[in-house]
Amino acid sequence: MGAFIAAEAGHGEGESTFNPILPTNYDLLWSFLLFLVIVVVFMYYALPKIQKVLDERAELIQGGITKAEQAQAEAAAALDEYTAQLREARAEAAKIREDARHEAAQIVADGREKAVRDAERIAEASSKTIDAERQQAVVSLRAEIGSLATELASKIVGESLADDARQQRLIDTFLDDLESETKAKG
Amino acid sequence: MLNLAATLMTAVSSDSEGASKNFFEWLFSSNGFHAPSIADLNPEPLLFGGTIFEFNRITFVRVVAAVVLIAIFVIAARNAKVVPGRGQAVIEFILDFVRVQIVEQIMGEERGKKYLAFLTTLFVTIVFFNITGVVPFLNIAGTSLIGLPIIMALWVYVMYLTEGVRKHGLGGFLKGNLFPPGVPKPIYILLTPIEFLQVFILRPATLALRLAANMIAGHMLLVLCFAATQYFFFEASLALKSVGVLSITAGFAFTLFEIFVALLQAYVFTILSTVYINLSLEDEH
Repeated sequence: MGAFIAAEAGHGEGESTFNPILPTNYDLLWSFLLFLVIVVVFMYYALPKIQKVLDERAELIQGGITKAEQAQAEAAAALDEYTAQLREARAEAAKIREDARHEAAQIVADGREKAVRDAERIAEASSKTIDAERQQAVVSLRAEIGSLATELASKIVGESLADDARQQRLIDTFLDDLESETKAKG
Repeated sequence: MLNLAATLMTAVSSDSEGASKNFFEWLFSSNGFHAPSIADLNPEPLLFGGTIFEFNRITFVRVVAAVVLIAIFVIAARNAKVVPGRGQAVIEFILDFVRVQIVEQIMGEERGKKYLAFLTTLFVTIVFFNITGVVPFLNIAGTSLIGLPIIMALWVYVMYLTEGVRKHGLGGFLKGNLFPPGVPKPIYILLTPIEFLQVFILRPATLALRLAANMIAGHMLLVLCFAATQYFFFEASLALKSVGVLSITAGFAFTLFEIFVALLQAYVFTILSTVYINLSLEDEH
């Protein structure tokens, strides 16, 4: 068997037995050259280039996530702000309404007071005017009624009442009676 | 190349037994059953025979594998986009597999970053050189000849030694590896020689041998199945021809199995390399 393998194995020259676990020099040389070329191409060109693209992608995705987070945070902040503004506006509106109600009540009260005062003043003024006019009427009446009555009486009684003193006395008595009568009536 | 043509010509003329046979008769003819032998791994030189530059069939297969591998990754790198296409997704899947399943699993993200590029290169190179074993017309794994596994194992060997020495200093590295702490002193008599063998000989040797032996065995299995099929179909008596169905089915099954082995061995080689580098960097063993 060994002889058979030996005969089969030694190629061309047939000078030695081929042993698969012992490398030949040309096998090592070619293997080294090929592996070296592959390693150089891979480690200095292909893999770094692909890695760069992968890094770019990771960065892009990471950037997208960060951006989204940022947008979300901004939206939340805006919402908070709007809510706060809304609350503030509501409070302000309520305050304005309250003030308006207050003011309106004040205005009504003021108006009422002023009206009452005006009414009182008008009433007072009118009663004073009435008093004055009545006084005036009384005075003018007194003078007029005197002369009228005298005229009338002299016409009726004639010359007998020409004496001034008696005449005056008579008129006063008459008027006093008249006045007391009026007072008793009113 | 002239050499190749000459070999082919002689093969054709010697097998065809005269000009009466056409190409197909030559293709399907055979002169008896040839069992595969280990000599398949020592093919005739195609160029520069007998010199250190000897270029044979397996080297040719390796060159093809290397060119295809480099072409694929250079094109992928050149066309790499932030939004990946289908091809780029496949490449990224492979790179992710090495990064997540191998490097980060063992070294962690921080430490792994520095070695990721080399280990990725190692993984895809072994996958491509293994897979040529089942590629039609190449039909032999580039790693089934011991030279390439040895070169890769030596590269890892030099790497884990230099990284270990760089991190702990020569003394610290040797002490940490040859005299592991937490062991009673007399045990070192036993332990230190074992650890020495382990670190300086067994690790690279097993790396290279495991890969090459797996690929050689796979090649033998496939050749056996398909050579037997050829024999049963075209040479054997009628009764035996049906056995050829069995052998071709086995050949198909083993082809699938070899694809699995090709990936598995690349994974094993890479993960062990990662472990060895990581052991050199570890503070306490």
